[in-house]
Amino acid sequence: MMALLRRDLAIATRSGGAAMLGVLFFLAVVAVIPFGIGPDLNLLSRIGPAILWIGALLASLLGLDRLFQADREDGSLDMLVMQDWLGLTLTVFVKSLAHWLATGLPLVLAAPLLGLLMNMSATATGAVMLTLLVGTPAISFIGAVGAAVAVALPRGGLMVSILILPLAIPILIFGVSASYAAVTDPDPFWPPFMILSAIALFFAVIGPLASAAALRGASD
Amino acid sequence: MQAIATTLSGRRGDSVLFAGIGFALKGGEALVVTGPNGAGKSTLLRVLAGLLRPESGRFSLLDDQGAELPVFDHAHYLGHRNAMKRELRVAENLGFWKQMQATEGGGGLDIDAAIDAVGLTGVAHLPFGYLSAGQQRRIALARLLVTPRPLWLLDEPTAALDRASDELFADLVRGHLAGGGIAIAATHQPLGLEGVTSLELSGAREPLSDLTFRDDGVWA
Repeated sequence: MMALLRRDLAIATRSGGAAMLGVLFFLAVVAVIPFGIGPDLNLLSRIGPAILWIGALLASLLGLDRLFQADREDGSLDMLVMQDWLGLTLTVFVKSLAHWLATGLPLVLAAPLLGLLMNMSATATGAVMLTLLVGTPAISFIGAVGAAVAVALPRGGLMVSILILPLAIPILIFGVSASYAAVTDPDPFWPPFMILSAIALFFAVIGPLASAAALRGASD
Repeated sequence: MQAIATTLSGRRGDSVLFAGIGFALKGGEALVVTGPNGAGKSTLLRVLAGLLRPESGRFSLLDDQGAELPVFDHAHYLGHRNAMKRELRVAENLGFWKQMQATEGGGGLDIDAAIDAVGLTGVAHLPFGYLSAGQQRRIALARLLVTPRPLWLLDEPTAALDRASDELFADLVRGHLAGGGIAIAATHQPLGLEGVTSLELSGAREPLSDLTFRDDGVWA
């Protein structure tokens, strides 16, 4: 399984890989906000965490449809599906993990830079980074289900986003509310953050299982 | 080692492609599946590999003691597509499959030896996408050599191969059979193998049942 992780990371980081695409999209979405809103620093710092989270959510959805489609097109998927349930579920888990390392982790690392653009305090930026670190893997894991369902569709990208978005909304809600709670005083940070962590763990389990089932069903 | 199929039938959509297929192969024997386009050769191989559910019947692989072996763990499936990543080097591709499909006993040729065996010495460092179609197919064949699996399921293995490579392929299969393996190949071309059973799929399609589409839009 380490071989699979290494292979997927190698593909994502070589030329034509998807690793930079998400983070560039994230930069583009967030960087145009201050120009659109205007130089109202208070307003920017107030909406900053939400904008960063929305940008990160959309950037994570970008390229999710390729998670299994690329393997299907070159025939590798057949060999990956030719495993027992445990092997296939682990395979999906590892592929989702590789997808997060290649596209989700760069978003977390780019967040402080964009926090500056949004005039966010150090505490708010730290809170957004922490919640993104927990929340973006959840998007990758549940996204694998959509990617598996839409694997046989030639233009599955939009379909995957629509399938996944409702499931990603709770991640967004608790990620943003934990980020706000870190800077607005009476609100507690830990309860929404704990729920976000719970969602991430939950999706890390059911995502690979459901995705493996969908891949089994979709093989033709 | 024995591969036994009993009354297998398979379908695509709502037409039965083949029915009542049965064969028994011992170690060292090969089966060549022939038939016109659309006769169900690929479907049969995918059913044997466990990638498609058979409409009826079953296929099982037994070891020398008569215990049933899981097909997915003991079969190499070579489909129309090569299951190699264009972005990765040849050695990386083969190394990945060697680790991913590793069996408990280990064994198999190392990567350079497998590349030599398909007559492409010196391409290990090239990206797979740089190779010609025939060379890519030969590297895909090399995948079968890096991990030993007793059953080879080959779908049009010699597509894109030149005449010299056809012979090289026949040698590889002979070597596999001499080692007690079993090969099942679907092909239009004579493989140059002696003493193989052949199975002709007629391609005569039978409707699944007497379903008819009524005017009121209901299948009855």
